[in-house]
Amino acid sequence: MEQAVVSGHQLETSTGLDNRKLLMWVFLASECLFFGSLIAAYLLYRDRSVQGPYPSDLFDIPFTSVSAFVLLMSSVSMVLALSSIQRGNRRGLQIWLFTTAVLGILFLSGQAYEFTVFHHEGLSLSRNMFGTTFFVLTGFHGAHVTVGVLILLSLFTMTLQGKITQEESLPIELAGLYWHFVDIVWIVIFTLIYLIQP
Amino acid sequence: MTLADYRKIRPEDLEAKEAETGAHAHPSALEYVQIGIVLAIVTAIEVGLYYLDISHNLLVVLLIGLSALKFSLVVLWFMHLRFDNRLFSQFFILGFLLALSVFMVAVATLHGKLV
Repeated sequence: MEQAVVSGHQLETSTGLDNRKLLMWVFLASECLFFGSLIAAYLLYRDRSVQGPYPSDLFDIPFTSVSAFVLLMSSVSMVLALSSIQRGNRRGLQIWLFTTAVLGILFLSGQAYEFTVFHHEGLSLSRNMFGTTFFVLTGFHGAHVTVGVLILLSLFTMTLQGKITQEESLPIELAGLYWHFVDIVWIVIFTLIYLIQP
Repeated sequence: MTLADYRKIRPEDLEAKEAETGAHAHPSALEYVQIGIVLAIVTAIEVGLYYLDISHNLLVVLLIGLSALKFSLVVLWFMHLRFDNRLFSQFFILGFLLALSVFMVAVATLHGKLV
């Protein structure tokens, strides 16, 4: 069999690439469709509500901006975690992984607070079209962040047990790809849903 | 470089090329931090624009442009698509374009007002 060589590593796969990483990219491509559909649904129905509350009554841009900033910075800490382990710095990996998880939890706390405020203002899943599409879109994003935090905490535990090494850093890379994807989805949501209002 | 060409490269060739050019497969931690700072500044500009009294159409164009910039920075640098094999990029771009197509078709069919 012809041996493939990628980035200095020999992989005996038909593409020469690591199948786990390829699978992650295919998964992320499918996630583009998933979130693209939810965002389209929101933009189509947000101003077709026959009763309030409406987006302009509820959105707190300064608060959401801080949340967006927190998630953006978690992407920086995630890439620093990967960079650390690729350079053999396990202590750095632990610190940055933990930081990323904490920032993720902070973002989720902000989202929980926002949902609570909106609920008290009278918005619910069944209240109007804005409520339905907004909660489904941001709720699914929050669920993705929650899964990401659980993955990060699992990886953090594995690093404490010494199971992640410089040579076997792929789990960190895959978790990073997932986490950055969750971040870019929020970049789009923050602009299209919060900042651009009809 | 095609995937077939890439597969023919030997590890020692890659190492020699890196040593020759001083290039590394991935950016340094400092570069990541610099990109993070750029992302934070762009976010601040976006929020600032939101409060400016400018025309709605101009605001939409500027915000989507800045958002695309942030999206690209994260995908190309943090997700390493700029440095990784092209096959990964092709898969992701395919998914992204499909999503965009579904989005446009849905909006056109239902006569949606996007902005």
